[in-house]
Amino acid sequence: MGNKEEVSEAVSFDLIIEPDERGRWGEYGGRYVPETLVAPLEELTNEFFAVRDDAGFQLEFNELLENFSGRPTPLYHARRLSESAGGANIFFKREDLSHTGSHKINNALGQVLLARRMKKNRVIAETGAGQHGVATATVCAMFNLKCVIYMGAEDIRRQALNVFRMKLLGAEVVSVEAGTRTLKDAINEALRDWVTNVHDTYYLLGSALGPHPYPLMVREFQSVIGREARAQIIAQTGRLPDLLVACVGGGSNAIGLFHPFLRDENVKMLGVEAGGRGSEQGEHAARFNSGEGSGGNRIGVLQGTMSYVLQDSHGQIAATHSVSAGLDYASIGPEHAFLHDAKRARYISASDEEALRGFKLCAELEGIIPALETAHAIVPAMRAASEMPRDASIIVNLSGRGDKDVNTVAEIMREDVAHRDK
Amino acid sequence: MSRITRTFNQLKTDGRGGFIPFITAGDPDLKTSEDLIVALARSGADIIEVGVPFSDPVADGVVIQRASERALRNGVTLGDVLACIAAAQKKIGVPVVLFSYFNPLLQYGVERLACDARRAGVDGILVTDLIPEEAVEWSRILSEHELDPIYLVAPTTSDARLKLIAERARGFIYAVSRAGVTGAREAMTHDAESLVERVRGVTDLPVAVGFGISTAAQVRDVWRYADAAVVGSAIVKEIEACAGDDDLVGRVSAFAGGLSADK
Repeated sequence: MGNKEEVSEAVSFDLIIEPDERGRWGEYGGRYVPETLVAPLEELTNEFFAVRDDAGFQLEFNELLENFSGRPTPLYHARRLSESAGGANIFFKREDLSHTGSHKINNALGQVLLARRMKKNRVIAETGAGQHGVATATVCAMFNLKCVIYMGAEDIRRQALNVFRMKLLGAEVVSVEAGTRTLKDAINEALRDWVTNVHDTYYLLGSALGPHPYPLMVREFQSVIGREARAQIIAQTGRLPDLLVACVGGGSNAIGLFHPFLRDENVKMLGVEAGGRGSEQGEHAARFNSGEGSGGNRIGVLQGTMSYVLQDSHGQIAATHSVSAGLDYASIGPEHAFLHDAKRARYISASDEEALRGFKLCAELEGIIPALETAHAIVPAMRAASEMPRDASIIVNLSGRGDKDVNTVAEIMREDVAHRDK
Repeated sequence: MSRITRTFNQLKTDGRGGFIPFITAGDPDLKTSEDLIVALARSGADIIEVGVPFSDPVADGVVIQRASERALRNGVTLGDVLACIAAAQKKIGVPVVLFSYFNPLLQYGVERLACDARRAGVDGILVTDLIPEEAVEWSRILSEHELDPIYLVAPTTSDARLKLIAERARGFIYAVSRAGVTGAREAMTHDAESLVERVRGVTDLPVAVGFGISTAAQVRDVWRYADAAVVGSAIVKEIEACAGDDDLVGRVSAFAGGLSADK
């Protein structure tokens, strides 16, 4: 699992850039929801398509991205990390420098503008690592909207800093005790809230998953990452990059980077899933893992969309594990499922241990402490770089900063020290 | 004519409302579920809804979530649920509607499911998270096996979609009493009644009302304007309350009988 980073050579497939009117990329996507949610989803779809090409909306959105969030984020040449890898030049797209500390603010800003247009005064969201929760709480504070964030009890424990930030921003954080008490369970609870309060509530979903139009809409709001990166790498190196690397939970930071490059046939793409601590079902969150007993490589329906879903042979959703709360999720956005099957992007996994190694390397060599989610992309990027020529370039989406994870990492380091001392 | 349709025709002839209890298969265990189906049929159920346990029941409130968890802890699978229904149907002849989320059905295989469900004595299938737009193939396969695809309508459903759903549905239409998850409410709103009126405007199919009905008075009230009342969480809660009681089946069926006593 996760040892070979070379990306398939020839790109030859029918590339689907736009999903069909039912929100499908091939067989993936769609809208699998209780009947009550169809009307609000149709209302949201109409509103989204109305603003998508609306100059006034785009102006307002871009103004906020620029002056509130601090875009464009830099593209930074990580020289020491590149030297350490030996080979291609590694560049970081610095989403960690966005306001609130991750790419999640892009989508939160886009969707909160929709919520306002739709005159919803209550916003709900799920969060895993807390980055989307913080981003949502932030935009709600700015626009004076009531905000409720659902978060798994396990994630509340391991992302305490972000929980406190959300509360400071005026949000109510609801602890979800059901199931595995992580991101999936938080989404279930957010969906239950939405189905009950559809009239006044906007569901600000944070990743490129869920029922149509969310996967498309989140991708559109996150594609600013790839558009900027594309212009920046051309300005800095004179040409397109050879490889893009991003971690993939639901897949919003990855699709945001990948999407503007999809038509650039020579740009390869690598998504990194959470390999956790083993390949048996329940020990990882690698949806494309085809190993027997892994629960992966199975197509199913979870939380409104058809995609790859970690599950047992009876269709019960598998428990997942990852050191990073944001990648700890049983399904993956439908567009990634399509890109995987079309072989346009390649997906591998990095273990907890590799993520921690990436976390430390990034801190020590570049002076950047990445989020544990983001850290999954570092070691695979270095491995890929070592197999590429010196004039090649790689863009890693440095999707979030790691302040929130410092306690988790300290705990693990203490355990390791204690273990060694035995 | 399906057994569900015949049941509603008979109710109409008799001039009375139908009673549809719901249980989660495998809660507290499969043998008890089998006995409960039989006992519910004998205590006045006109149709019985049998829930397939699922790990992520987004449309359900806490009561049915807990029932699902209990059943899954027992390792209950869709195959077990069908076997349980088949065993019960040997003793009774009441229509059974399978109530499920889509993913367990998808993994079982839709064609295989339709075949096995029909053989087990299932009459219709309602999939909580499968709307007609996503269910073209599904409806075709069910029809081929003479199973009724049952669809939900909700107060938020537009008139245009009511029409579409009515065209695709067979057996009856299941009207959700109000926006929300399953589970008891203190008071029913007028949403249900006006929704049923709108459904009547587009189809002659019978209409059952469910979600949040928990008392005999609420059942009677639904019968004023709809063809049947579905009671789920209240019965599942009773099952939970009777945990460990040797007479669980007797007590739960008496409770259910009491809900429909005035018919």
